[in-house]
Amino acid sequence: MKLDQLRYDLKIIASWIKPESRILGLGCGEGDLLYWLKKEKNVRERGIEIEESKVVKCIEKGLSVLQGDINEEIEDYPDNAFDYAICSQTLQQVYEPPGLIHSMMRVAKMGVVSFPNFGHIKVRMQLAFTGRAPVTKELPYSWHDTPNIRVLSLNDFEKFSSQVGFKILKRAAINTKNNHRQGKMVNFLPNLFATYGIFLIGKE
Amino acid sequence: MSEYIEQDQTGATVGIVEKQFLTFAAPPDRLKLESGADIGPVTIAYETCGALNKDKNNVILVLHALSGDSHMAGYYNPEDSKPGWWDIMVGPGKGIDTNQYFVICANIIGSCAGSTGPSSINPETDKEYGTKFPLITIGDMVETQKALMDYLGIKSILSVIGGSVGGMQVLEWCARYPDMVRSAIPLATTTRHSALAIAFNEVARQAIMADPNWNDGHYYSGKKPDMGLAIARMIGHITYLSDESMRLKFGRKLQNRSALSFEFGAEFQVESYLQHQGNKFIERFDANSFLYITKAADYFDLARQYGSGSLVKAFSKCRSKFLVVSYTSDWLYPTYQSKEMVKAMKKNNLDVSFCEIDAQWGHDAFLLPNDRLDNLIKGFLRSASHET
Repeated sequence: MKLDQLRYDLKIIASWIKPESRILGLGCGEGDLLYWLKKEKNVRERGIEIEESKVVKCIEKGLSVLQGDINEEIEDYPDNAFDYAICSQTLQQVYEPPGLIHSMMRVAKMGVVSFPNFGHIKVRMQLAFTGRAPVTKELPYSWHDTPNIRVLSLNDFEKFSSQVGFKILKRAAINTKNNHRQGKMVNFLPNLFATYGIFLIGKE
Repeated sequence: MSEYIEQDQTGATVGIVEKQFLTFAAPPDRLKLESGADIGPVTIAYETCGALNKDKNNVILVLHALSGDSHMAGYYNPEDSKPGWWDIMVGPGKGIDTNQYFVICANIIGSCAGSTGPSSINPETDKEYGTKFPLITIGDMVETQKALMDYLGIKSILSVIGGSVGGMQVLEWCARYPDMVRSAIPLATTTRHSALAIAFNEVARQAIMADPNWNDGHYYSGKKPDMGLAIARMIGHITYLSDESMRLKFGRKLQNRSALSFEFGAEFQVESYLQHQGNKFIERFDANSFLYITKAADYFDLARQYGSGSLVKAFSKCRSKFLVVSYTSDWLYPTYQSKEMVKAMKKNNLDVSFCEIDAQWGHDAFLLPNDRLDNLIKGFLRSASHET
């Protein structure tokens, strides 16, 4: 897979990862990011994914991935077994985010967390003008069937970092288009105009 | 494991294969067994498919389950109605691709398909061993396979692959010869039998030993304990299926009748199926071999043997890359047992992949055609041959 075939948010994450590092992908899906990192940056990858069909896709690609719940599976790894633990587009679906962040900071030196921004202007406008729970391209579910039980804004995550006790080393606020293939950085009022946030976090 | 032998739908086959034999531990040597006993000479029947490459690094060792044999794929001669027991997996372009890999399968010691077992002639008495045959372990099976590798000049195995009791041998290989095994695929297996699994085995053994023809295991010159062995097999088959698969396959359907006939015949289809499986089994399997191999499986306990009771410690010397596979409906070796081994491997920082395949056919699912398993094994072997 070429870099330009990778989703825009994953490209940014990929650019943050040092070559030859040890990576844990939490909720790694079909393994696009891990596969790219393995091929291009020669990382030593491990992934956890709950859906059988996606796990099969990963293993077919030659990735080391195990089927299971990220909250449970992360517990078995020794301290500092990884350089990076990556939780891409999954934090908003986790029942207990502080616990997961703690585990990420235990098993890895650094963490990468990305999520759809609930502070985006479209979300705010929908709630303000229709008076109903927002449904957007980034958070496309209705209130009654959404897996996204922990929606948060970029500002929420910044505040969360001081409450839970990790530090933010890098941040990227982005907008994507063309089915997330392309995108751009958002520097002006990111919490209002970015559709996604990506954070590199480290231990305090 | 059951006999599901199916022809490959695509017609791809390794073609004609030949059963070969290795005899070792001939006087003055003896094979020392884990129990402390020794035996010799020992013959091991084996078959190979594909070609060994120049560097001898494309070797895959397939390990068969309780009632399997060395005949994993292909045909002995063109008239054979059925191919080997894992023909759907082993062959050109298949999950284990014989165009790329040199695949070996040996009949386990204690069995009755060419390797030394209780039905073999004891050279000291010129009679069948019967129950004079020493008890064997999964470790002893691996020792004989190691002897075969030495004989073939193979020092490094790309992958050891096996399901059920074959999966126990896979785990034993990884613990016993960690530097020889580059990758391993334990399928539908466990690091030790649960009480439930031992219980079923014990009932099966008691069925054989209660057969008046069993005669303390010395029956080879007279009538064989066919009834006991058939019942043992019927019990086995119940554990290989699942509630769901039995419901779908048989339900309460009647066999060759439309109403209950109020007699003790095989009225329900499930009864008829089990009797058929039992009767088929006695034609090809030795009752004593069944006793010895089930006992070896019951004894197997990786944590006790290699970790003084700790499974994490038991994997501490392992170096292999692992692919662990379990099946949702396997109640003989349920997924939690596979997850336990995966957990212990992770704690040792081993490279492990794990997948629980959604299948309704119970423990035997690993023998049935399944594209998922083919693709998993194919992808895993490809990366194992590049990385290890």
